[in-house]
Amino acid sequence: MAQHQVNYIQDGGLPVALTTIDKVVNWGRSNSLWALTYGLACCGIEMMASGASRYDFDRFGTIFRASPRQADVLIIAGTLTKKHAEFIKRLYDQMTEPRWVISMGSCANTGGMFNTYATVQGADRIVPVDLYLPGCAPRPETLQYGVMLLQKKIRSEKAIKAQKPKRLL
Amino acid sequence: MRRYVPKDDVQKKSYYTDRYWVAPQVPKEKVSSDKVFAEDLKAIKAKFKVLDAYIQVEQMVVYIQPEDNVGVLALMKNVLDYTQLSELSAVDFLSQRGEFDIFYQMLSMSKRKRIRVKCAIKEGEAIESVEKLFRSADWSEREMYDMFGIKVNNHPFFKRILMPDDWEGHPLLKTYPLHGDEFAAWYEVDKIFGKEARDIIGPEIRDDAAVDRYDTKRFARLGHEVPYGAEIPEGEPAVATEYQEDDGVFLIERFEKNSSTVITDRDR
Ligand code: SF4
Repeated sequence: MAQHQVNYIQDGGLPVALTTIDKVVNWGRSNSLWALTYGLACCGIEMMASGASRYDFDRFGTIFRASPRQADVLIIAGTLTKKHAEFIKRLYDQMTEPRWVISMGSCANTGGMFNTYATVQGADRIVPVDLYLPGCAPRPETLQYGVMLLQKKIRSEKAIKAQKPKRLL
Repeated sequence: MRRYVPKDDVQKKSYYTDRYWVAPQVPKEKVSSDKVFAEDLKAIKAKFKVLDAYIQVEQMVVYIQPEDNVGVLALMKNVLDYTQLSELSAVDFLSQRGEFDIFYQMLSMSKRKRIRVKCAIKEGEAIESVEKLFRSADWSEREMYDMFGIKVNNHPFFKRILMPDDWEGHPLLKTYPLHGDEFAAWYEVDKIFGKEARDIIGPEIRDDAAVDRYDTKRFARLGHEVPYGAEIPEGEPAVATEYQEDDGVFLIERFEKNSSTVITDRDR
């Protein structure tokens, strides 16, 4: 038995060249952020516009995928109703780690103008959110800026890390 | 922020307590003032009991007894040529009269006329389905049940249409609070995480007036980003928008503000 047992799997346990590996992995991750096609209401139109030719999300490496199994980032674009809340939770659970969530627009942030019985008052009651984009609806520039900020955030993270439960298990 | 008040018993009492409010009425005309409507009313009166009838905004309103609804609508469809049921729902008059008004909005393309057939039923009573006559009544009757809790007999597929199947309460009732009752407020939390998660997640923040620029948990300003929940002092300076780290990113072109072009002509 070695005197100093190294747990290679555990958070930050790798003994050598950690920053380099981190950088390489994070560089790859941040430039291939595949987003789940998830337009819930009017904000979804702006999300589609971001993906289309004028704003061209592909140059960021952000490609919309129709399956949560292939997606890294969940863009909640629109009004989240209480009826739909369980489905968004299920889709989030189906995404493979590491995964990130962008809450796009006032509705997903706080319920927005739908201060009613049927609307979830903030998507962060259901899933942990990394980035909140203000606006009703946010312009495609805002979403692109958000994705760039998310890339910056990913680059500053550790590559191998246990995903901490941000709110609930 | 306002204090959170539990909404346990709010469904028991009526929402509107202004007893002196009188809703303005659109002027009513006699049915005899319109020849086509007068004939139609005569045909209906010959077979069914008509409680009231008048013309309002060039449409005839006919009050019938609730048990006659299928008969009257069949007569109007087959004999009087009102071939479309454009709308069907209910109006909550529980606090005034203790009953619902159910209305059927009929349209005749050949006569270019509209008739509204109305009947009143008490709370807890059921009405016969008109789905056999008009397919459009299928979803409308489900919606009527969903929103008012009015049961419909002999409907082919009778369940809620808008709200989830396990929802409690009927949201379009005047006694239903706009922000939801206790059940509605915790619906998604109870369903996904269970009741024990209520304390962790906390009550909904429903205060429209709550705007706090130093609250970094619920507000963000473009170009002034700070981490979630960070403390920001009063009068903090604006932080320039930064897309990338200072030393750049491998293989990725650095965005230079100075050399970039700002598009002012959107139609170029
Ligand atoms: S934030 Fe505005 S644009 Fe976006 S979904 Fe809500 S209402 Fe629509």
